[in-house]
Amino acid sequence: MDILTNLGIGFEIALSPFTLMLAIIGCFLGTIIGALPGLGPSNGVAILIPLTFTIGLDATSALVLMTAVYYGAMYGGRISSILLNIPGDEPALMTTLDGYPMAKQGRAGDALVLSGVASFVGAFLATIGLMLLAPTLARVAFLFGPAEYFALYLLAFCTLGGMASNNQAKSAIASCIGLGIAMIGVDNSSGLPRLTGGNLHLMDGVDFLVAIVGLFAIAEVFFFIESHGKGSSIGVKLDKVTIPWRDIMSTKWTMLRASGLGFFAGILPGAGASLGSFLAYMSEKSIAGEDGGFGTGVPKGIAAPEAGNNAAAGGALVPMLTLGVPGSGTTAVLLALLMTLNITPGPTLFTERPEVVWGLIASLLIANFVLLLMNVPMVKIFVRVLQVPAWILLPGVTMISFVGIFSLSGSHFDLILMVGFGVLGYFLRKLDVPTVPVILGILLGGNMEDALRRAMVLSDGDFIFLFSSPIALGLWIAAILGFVAPMFLRGVLKKPQAITD
Amino acid sequence: MASDRIFGLVVLMTALAYIASATQIQTSFLADPVGPKAFPILVGAVAALSSLVLIFRPDDEPEWPAIRTFGSLLVAIIVLVGYAYALRPFGFIVPTAIAAAILSYQISPRALPAALTGVGLSVGLFLLFKYALGLGLVPFPKEFFG
Repeated sequence: MDILTNLGIGFEIALSPFTLMLAIIGCFLGTIIGALPGLGPSNGVAILIPLTFTIGLDATSALVLMTAVYYGAMYGGRISSILLNIPGDEPALMTTLDGYPMAKQGRAGDALVLSGVASFVGAFLATIGLMLLAPTLARVAFLFGPAEYFALYLLAFCTLGGMASNNQAKSAIASCIGLGIAMIGVDNSSGLPRLTGGNLHLMDGVDFLVAIVGLFAIAEVFFFIESHGKGSSIGVKLDKVTIPWRDIMSTKWTMLRASGLGFFAGILPGAGASLGSFLAYMSEKSIAGEDGGFGTGVPKGIAAPEAGNNAAAGGALVPMLTLGVPGSGTTAVLLALLMTLNITPGPTLFTERPEVVWGLIASLLIANFVLLLMNVPMVKIFVRVLQVPAWILLPGVTMISFVGIFSLSGSHFDLILMVGFGVLGYFLRKLDVPTVPVILGILLGGNMEDALRRAMVLSDGDFIFLFSSPIALGLWIAAILGFVAPMFLRGVLKKPQAITD
Repeated sequence: MASDRIFGLVVLMTALAYIASATQIQTSFLADPVGPKAFPILVGAVAALSSLVLIFRPDDEPEWPAIRTFGSLLVAIIVLVGYAYALRPFGFIVPTAIAAAILSYQISPRALPAALTGVGLSVGLFLLFKYALGLGLVPFPKEFFG
């Protein structure tokens, strides 16, 4: 009953005309951002955060707007995957495997509608799962002390690092870059500056928004300059869009299974949407067997990764809201949003600010229906967006990033820093070093150190205390496994390569 | 091979420098058992260890672009840094138009569309930010109008 009462509060907020309008705007913007090649959920949300902050929305409104953008971008990502064979971000890669072949067979419309419905099923079920699971997990999270939190942060870095890169050393370096940057500035406990090199601008530390926009958006511009914006023209024709009922009915179990798997993958701290769509696709592929024709453009091959990917996006919100540990790159960006808005995610969020959590959940439920409407009957509008050439789009993205960061602080120092992060992001990605752990490190570094120091104050400097509770011990074991296991599973978990023409 | 080794060396040097400067952090009299130095040193040490792995077991060489592309990347970086400095003294419109046009030209080298993109983006974004979102942007420096 608790849930229904809370949901009532949520819908009261979500159905107010202003919030509803924000949710719809967010869905629309998000779908466009997702559909544009080169702009995925993470960088899309990243460049919008500073703007949301400067136009002065209150916490709930900003959160509703940005999560609607997040969900929208997850839906929209499939459009460029299917029509251009360009995944907007990593989780969408799996959708290209069957989506693009199907589009080339002249069934682009069917592929778009089917994937839209699959996205809806995945995202809707995941939102329900979030609603049921998050309050329970929030209660468990009250048992977490500093030792447990330290282990949890470690787990996030280990699993994210393990999954995100092909080389553990590189993801460890990425995490260290982030953590190292987080240490810059005034030390919380002693109040003395650390590692600023005497630079006054660095006294406040490096703003994580500057790092995020630099690493995600500015680095993307450099990649487009390198490729000269090639490969972003539509190779397939989209005629009439009808609803392929037969395909939808024949994939209903696939969608349900994929949603379950995706949601589960999303909950794991650090694993996120990529793992969700990957597991969903691979499991359906093995269920279908050799005769399933996966990779040639079969409906199940489109429904599975899309449902899995969107379910994981919802699942990733569970650890983010209850524990403050994001499950993917984009949720890391959403965590940055929460921190900017001065909302501390964690168990207390559910008891002290229920209106934020439940308003958000109710808005997500509404956003799903809005997105289904936008993405099935109105899909042609978004296909138009794909025709915006890279030489207009990317300068636009850059200028929006600059204005956003500039309006936050008004100093050129942050802008220079942002360009620096862009250059860093370009080289890191070139060298196959994942950038998401860098972001996670900058976001969580301060908390992680605080947890360690508080644990040591409690135990008077005894390091055994870090492993003293069953929860902490379990998290340590999971962290080590999460970091080491992918090294041995690499042969089994080999990612299918994107198909080329 | 070589790229990873160089990257590993750079990380190693940075990590050592980081550790060295972390040992110089002042401690206050209100010290906790860990203190402000330990965590940065730990982070530096993990980074240094990982960089050794890279130096001794590098991955395959990534595909680097041609020298000319590096040239255009360098131009883009210079433009962005210049833009960052110009935004406050010269107002929004003029620097944005120039920077956007050059970036556009770097992606697709055609002069007229690039120039149009620059002007269009600059004016369009200004109107959007100023009037739709209500940000306090300055279109031109005050001296223009005396």
